[in-house]
Amino acid sequence: MVASPSPRLEAPTVFSHTPPDVARTQKVVLDADAIQRSIRRIAVAILEATSGIEDLTLVGIRRGGVPLSQRIAEEIAKVEGRPPPVGTVDISLYRDDAATALPNPKIGPSDIPFDVSGRHVVLVDDVLHTGRTVRAAIECLQDHGRPARVWFAALCDRGGRELPIAPDFIGRTIDMDPTGRLDVWVDAAGPDRVVLTEGE
Amino acid sequence: MEPFAHRSLLDIEGLTKADVERILDTAEAFLQVSRRPVRKVPTLRGKTVINLFYEASTRTRTSFELAGKRLSADVINMNVSASSVEKGETLQDTCRTLEAMHPDVVVIRHDASGAPSYVASKIGCSVINAGDGMHAHPTQALLDAFTIRREKGTLENLVVTIVGDVSHSRVARSNAHLLNLFDCEVRVVGPRTLLPPAADSLGVRVFDRLEDGLQGADVVMVLRIQQERLAGALLPSLREYARTFGIGPRTIQYAKPDAIIMHPGPMNRGVEIESVIADGERSVVLEQVEAGVAVRMALLYLFAGEANEPPVVGEAD
Repeated sequence: MVASPSPRLEAPTVFSHTPPDVARTQKVVLDADAIQRSIRRIAVAILEATSGIEDLTLVGIRRGGVPLSQRIAEEIAKVEGRPPPVGTVDISLYRDDAATALPNPKIGPSDIPFDVSGRHVVLVDDVLHTGRTVRAAIECLQDHGRPARVWFAALCDRGGRELPIAPDFIGRTIDMDPTGRLDVWVDAAGPDRVVLTEGE
Repeated sequence: MEPFAHRSLLDIEGLTKADVERILDTAEAFLQVSRRPVRKVPTLRGKTVINLFYEASTRTRTSFELAGKRLSADVINMNVSASSVEKGETLQDTCRTLEAMHPDVVVIRHDASGAPSYVASKIGCSVINAGDGMHAHPTQALLDAFTIRREKGTLENLVVTIVGDVSHSRVARSNAHLLNLFDCEVRVVGPRTLLPPAADSLGVRVFDRLEDGLQGADVVMVLRIQQERLAGALLPSLREYARTFGIGPRTIQYAKPDAIIMHPGPMNRGVEIESVIADGERSVVLEQVEAGVAVRMALLYLFAGEANEPPVVGEAD
C-alpha cells in the first residue's frame, strides 16, 4: 500500500479481524484519467452554477477534501485565469458523536483566511457517505460567518445517507455494498486512484 | 490515534513527554477557536464541568469557566470556602454531594496538598487539579510550556530561570517537572529562605545571585512574592527583595537578548518585576493568559471523554 496522509489508509487495525490469507477483493473504480475528467467536470459545473469566480470560495473538509479542493481550484484557474480562495475545515469538534466518541483523532486546524460572509462557498470532500461529515462542516462554516450560499461537491457518492443531505456536484456515483470501503488517493503520494474494497 | 490514557490530571509527574505534546498540539487547535468571531464549538454539549474552588482564585477559575463555555459544556462554579466548609462539611461529604450531580469533570483548587488526589479516589469522574497547596499546579505548567513553545519554536534544551519564592510555589514545582521532560536546564534563584531545602530532587540548579542565574537564560519565569512571607520573617523587606532579586532593565541584561519574561500573575509591580519589563516587548504575560484558555479547553476535551469508550476508527463518513 502506498504511503498516504489519509488516516483511513494508514489504519491496518480496520482489517485486523480478517485472517491474512483471505485477501478481500479490491478494484480500482476510477483511475487517474477518470479522476481528472471528474475534477474538470465538477469545476465547470461549479462555475456555471455560481455564475463566475467573483464571490466563489472553496473549502476542503480535512483531510480527504483538502487536496481535492486544490485540484478543483487549479481547474477553475485554467478557465478563469486565477483560482478562487481555498480554505480548509476540520470537523472533529463538530461531530455529532464528539462527546461520546472522545477522545478521537487528532484535531487539525481549520484554516479559512478570508471572510465567508456573503460569499458562495463550495464545501469539498472526497467521498459522500452518511452525510454526517457534511452536516458538521456546514455547522463549522457558519461559525466562521454567514455565507450567501453553501454548496457541496464530492468526487464520489457511495450512497448510504443517514441525514437529509443532497450534493450539488458529484464526480461519480458508485454502487457498492454498505460494508465495503472506498479509498481515494488524489495527493502527491502515488498515482491518482479510487479503490473499492469489497465488504464481508 | 490512541485514546488519551488518563482519567485525571493531578500533577505533571503522571504525564509522559508524549502526553504533554499531545495536550499542547490539541491546544493549538483551540487557540484558533478563541480567535474566531464565533468563539464557541459544540463539542462538549451536554457535559457538565464543576469548578470546585476552596481557595480564592479569579484568573484560574475564569480561565476554566471560559474554556468550558467555549466547548459548550455547562460550567458550575462552587466557591466552597464561602459555604460548606463554614458549615462543617467534610471533603468526603462534598465529594458525595458532587457525585450525585453527575459531573463529567471536577476542577478543584484546594489549599491542602493532595486534596485533588483524594477527591479523584472518591469520585467517579475526571478530576483536574487547578492548584493544591504547595504541591502542584499542572495546568499552569502546561500553559507556560505552550507559551514557551510558541515563542521559542521548541521546548527542548532551553535554559529556564525561575526567580522568587520557589519553596512555596506549586507553579515552580510543576514547571520544573515538565521542563525536565524536555531536557531543559531549569535554574532557581532567590533568597535561601525561599528556596526548597532539597532543590536537587526537583532536578534544578540553585543560584544565589540573580545575575548568575540569568546568564544565558532563554526564559525567565518570575514568581509572585506574597506579602505573607514578610510576616513569616522569611524576607526582611520588599524593598530589599526588589533590589536583590527584582527583574528590571539592569538585571534582565544578563539573560539572552531574546529571552522571554513570564509571570503567572497577579504581579506585584515594583517588587518582583518592574513595570518597564512587565509591559515591555519581551513580556509574554498576556500570551500566557490567552494560552491558559486554549490549554484548559484541550484538557477538558481530552478528559471529558469516556475513558472506556472504544476509539473511533476512521472518520465520521
